[in-house]
Amino acid sequence: MAASTPTPAIVLIGHGMVGQHYLEALAERGAAATHRITVLCEEPRPAYDRVHLTSYFSGSSPEDLSLTPAGFMEQHGIELHLGDPAESIDREARTVTSRSGRVFPYDVLVLATGSYPFVPPVPGKDAPGCFVYRTVEDLLAIEEYAAACTSGAVVGGGLLGLEAAGALQGLGLPTRIVEFAPRLMPVQVDEGGGAALLRTIERMGLTVHTGVGTQEILTGEDGRVSGMLLSDGSTVDTGLVVFSAGVRPRDQLARDAGLTVGERGGIAVDSRCRTSDPRVYAVGECALAADGRVYGLVAPGYEMAETAAEDLLGREKEFTGADLSTKLKLLGVDVASFGDAHGTTEDSLDVVYSDSRSGVYKKLVVSPDGVLLGGVLVGDADAYGLLRPLTGSVPPVSPDQLVLPAGLSPAAQLGPSSLPDTAVICSCHNVTKKAITACTTLPEVKKCTKAGTGCGGCVKVIEQLLPAPADKGLCGCFPFTRAELYEIVRTRRLTSYQQLLDGHGREAARGGDGCEVCKPAVGSIIASLAPTLGASGYVLDGEQASLQDTNDHFLANLQRNGSYSVVPRIPGGEITPDKLIVIGEVARDFGLYTKITGGQRIDLFGASVDQLPRIWARLVDAGFESGHAYGKALRTVKSCVGQTWCRYGVQDSVRMAIELELRYRGLRAPHKLKSAVSGCTRECAEAQSKDFGVIATANGWNLYVGGNGGAAPRHADLLAQDLSDAELVRLIDRFLMFYIRTADRLERTSTWLDRLEGGLDHLRDVVVHDSLGLCEELESLMADHVANYRDEWAETLEDPERLRRFVSFVNAPGAPDPTVRFVPERDQVKPDLAILTGRQPLEAVGGTR
Amino acid sequence: MTVELQVDEGWLTVCELSDMIPGRGVAVLLPDGSQAAVFLGRSGWTYAIDNRDPFTGAAVLSRGLVGCVEGKPFVASPLLKQRFDLATGRCLDEEEVSVRTYPVRTAVTSAAVA
Ligand code: SRM
Ligand SMILES: Cc1cc2nc3c(=O)[nH]c(=O)nc-3n(C[C@H](O)[C@H](O)[C@H](O)COP(=O)(O)OP(=O)(O)OC[C@H]3O[C@@H](n4cnc5c(N)ncnc54)[C@H](O)[C@@H]3O)c2cc1C
Ligand code: SF4
Ligand code: FES
Repeated sequence: MAASTPTPAIVLIGHGMVGQHYLEALAERGAAATHRITVLCEEPRPAYDRVHLTSYFSGSSPEDLSLTPAGFMEQHGIELHLGDPAESIDREARTVTSRSGRVFPYDVLVLATGSYPFVPPVPGKDAPGCFVYRTVEDLLAIEEYAAACTSGAVVGGGLLGLEAAGALQGLGLPTRIVEFAPRLMPVQVDEGGGAALLRTIERMGLTVHTGVGTQEILTGEDGRVSGMLLSDGSTVDTGLVVFSAGVRPRDQLARDAGLTVGERGGIAVDSRCRTSDPRVYAVGECALAADGRVYGLVAPGYEMAETAAEDLLGREKEFTGADLSTKLKLLGVDVASFGDAHGTTEDSLDVVYSDSRSGVYKKLVVSPDGVLLGGVLVGDADAYGLLRPLTGSVPPVSPDQLVLPAGLSPAAQLGPSSLPDTAVICSCHNVTKKAITACTTLPEVKKCTKAGTGCGGCVKVIEQLLPAPADKGLCGCFPFTRAELYEIVRTRRLTSYQQLLDGHGREAARGGDGCEVCKPAVGSIIASLAPTLGASGYVLDGEQASLQDTNDHFLANLQRNGSYSVVPRIPGGEITPDKLIVIGEVARDFGLYTKITGGQRIDLFGASVDQLPRIWARLVDAGFESGHAYGKALRTVKSCVGQTWCRYGVQDSVRMAIELELRYRGLRAPHKLKSAVSGCTRECAEAQSKDFGVIATANGWNLYVGGNGGAAPRHADLLAQDLSDAELVRLIDRFLMFYIRTADRLERTSTWLDRLEGGLDHLRDVVVHDSLGLCEELESLMADHVANYRDEWAETLEDPERLRRFVSFVNAPGAPDPTVRFVPERDQVKPDLAILTGRQPLEAVGGTR
Repeated sequence: MTVELQVDEGWLTVCELSDMIPGRGVAVLLPDGSQAAVFLGRSGWTYAIDNRDPFTGAAVLSRGLVGCVEGKPFVASPLLKQRFDLATGRCLDEEEVSVRTYPVRTAVTSAAVA
């Protein structure tokens, strides 16, 4: 017998989606603090989002898919063993032995081992070139093997098979699907739905064989997969086969330990998710639930995890079965099924709408007295979010109106407001309408209820349930968004803030002084459009001067003690020794603190207002220009050293970075813009964390957009590949101008892209395929910017009138600000904050009249 | 036209009205070494408050952006953006905080300290 520990020990076998949910359920209930938890994880990485596995092929990295919040294990004192699966369970001794030979005693054991893909026992199934589709490792292996293939095939036309087929096609392989059943997705959709799906999928260039089995995997002389023999006697060529013929619960460990398993597999559990041994729970895909079913979906698994967690704490909760509703986007086609999709209920009736031209098929199953029992939606599943919660009740409008396309329906469309409070809106997290309407914004809903954070299928309905923000206006002065104001300025050709405020502001704000929110935003809009409007682009002239934040007003960055920092532009981070020396001399002569920034340039801190022109006179003289560290404008284009020096480099990243930095310098935008260029895929310049990032390829450049570091890091999305120099620049021109035109105030490209309706696909349509016919205009706006760029500091220095503002005191132009003082630190200076907080008296300085 | 500020010693000439940009402020060094911030509004109003931002201690309020809510002018500190009512010196974002105000006038002739 293992010595019993003072704190009860929980051992969790399997760190998949449900295993992680179980850990979170324990943590939420405070049970992580009162138990010692050990997790045995077979895979080499912690739990990730298997549901969105395929998004790896559209650019999500394995890290993006992670389900384990950073620091989660440490914070809750959970011990996680990666790559060390459980090999046996000794229920007598209450221990688990892992492959590496370690023995873990438990008081409570939880099995969350998931399932394995079923591979039919056909000859050749183990040949090189045969794969399954379940883990990140499977995908990595497929991706690598596919590079040397010219065609692919998928065995199984169910949900996963279609996903796998889409992925193979995305890897550039012409792909065929072989499905034994007479239609695609036999479990979810009926015959009509299958036919609609088939047409749409064939239109995408996939070849589909239904009603045939796979007899044998054929191999070539090298032993690798070369084709398939089908049950109708035909053979097809293929270099790669993915088996996706269903899954089987991973119950071997439980069998070996003598736990009861179902006849057709699955670890038998009761309604509290306990196995035949009350100390052992099983949850997720490995479990055979009390209703005699094994659930292959994540939502029921999550509910089991919660049930097991509640039971551990002695609380009442039961899992007796779940609804098999699903909504999927497969290969871009919406497919949903819910409730009694196949109409197996006695006397049930069908209401069907089918349009084979557009690949839309919708069927609702209703009882003779009008109760909605279930349905299938293919090609247009918008109604799913509403129909599923209505299942089991009589819908407020007749079923035919529910299946007709929006425009054709005679009655008003059924809105989510008609749902009862108890309707479950988010099935992943079992959240009701009532819980959702207690919140007011989507982020709040996600935070408080978790709704929308699973498959995301419910987000649309959630949005409709929340109050529309009463007022989208930029601020108290304007009832318009930034994007709308941009359009007003552009089309009315307004060059003045006051004109805009008086003509388009809110009634009460007209004729007034505006506010600190809209002034810089409008200043920036006018500045970005200036060349096109024929206005002065110089941000300190005339009325523009009154709109700028203090940073732009003094062309420097305000520091905490009222001094300023100076950042000269160092394009691409490349700088000559002579220029470096000038920076050093200027810093020394003006007593400035110097620091290498995170943006590959040098920041000089501690300048007083009156020193700024003198500092810049020296810098401009040495060939420096403003780095716009103060503006909502292009900051730096970082670069790695690239092909010129680096043994791995495939393009000259420094040249490209400099070219881009010089092209876009001075461009005013809704927020700052950052960029980087890496010379190869090792990505030393971290381009994927930038608003627009460029990575060299053997054939040119890949362009990534919408990346961000900072507080909410986001990896950039790949917009286009293998671009020539000219194509790259043209695409960035369009991207930036489209962003400037449509983004909100202080919205970085990352948040803008996340908010953009249609997301990356829409962006690509607009800037690559010119779907809105805007590209010519966007390019010409950028051409105007490039042609009209002037260095702001050089221009300021030329004009004594403009220099007059660079004084600390209007009534004492020569006097320095006595509160701006410094004290030494590490051989340089830092602000003397004691003076500011009044801890040190400021000796009186004689006033000047 | 000159802009004048009332301090203990009397009316202090700050600058010519034409030196100021409507919607912005300027800093003024006072005889006792402290500082004031004087603002000019779009419609010609002038207000003056202490230049010291009470939240950070830095003498920067003159460099903030001017605006108005419900017709009442304010300045937003350029450091952490708290707004101060220019007429009363009251902070609009944190009730207990306020800065002192100074009477200010525009005069046709430049008046020396009275
Ligand atoms: C100097 C520098 C830190 C350093 O010592 O390395 C810096 C300093 C400042 N950052 Fe930064 N950031 C610096 C790199 C970054 C980076 C890293 C990078 O660019 O590679 C980030 C995260 C990446 C990103 O932007 O996605 C960064 C995220 C921010 C943010 C948050 C932006 C966001 O969208 O989330 C702000 C706040 C803002 O802009 O509203 C900010 C704002 C600021 C300001 C401008 C604050 C201000 O308004 O006064 C700081 C003053 C700079 C000055 O006085 O000169 N800084 N800042 C870096 C300047 C690089 C340069 O050469 O221009
Ligand atoms: C491509 C794909 C798309 C999908 N799409 C959807 C969808 O749209 N909607 C939906 O609801 N569901 C979907 N699913 C199914 C969903 O992913 C599963 O229902 C869910 O992952 C089940 O969670 P689980 O924790 O039970 O199993 P898993 O996530 O498979 O986790 C089990 C883990 O246990 C590990 N393990 C097994 N044995 C041991 C051992 N002896 N020791 C240690 N560790 C062990 C395994 O390696 C695995 O990491 C999809 C699945 C795939 C593969
Ligand atoms: S990104 Fe590639 S080319 Fe650039 S420095 Fe790193 S390894 Fe070299
Ligand atoms: S239904 Fe999946 S996240 Fe809400």
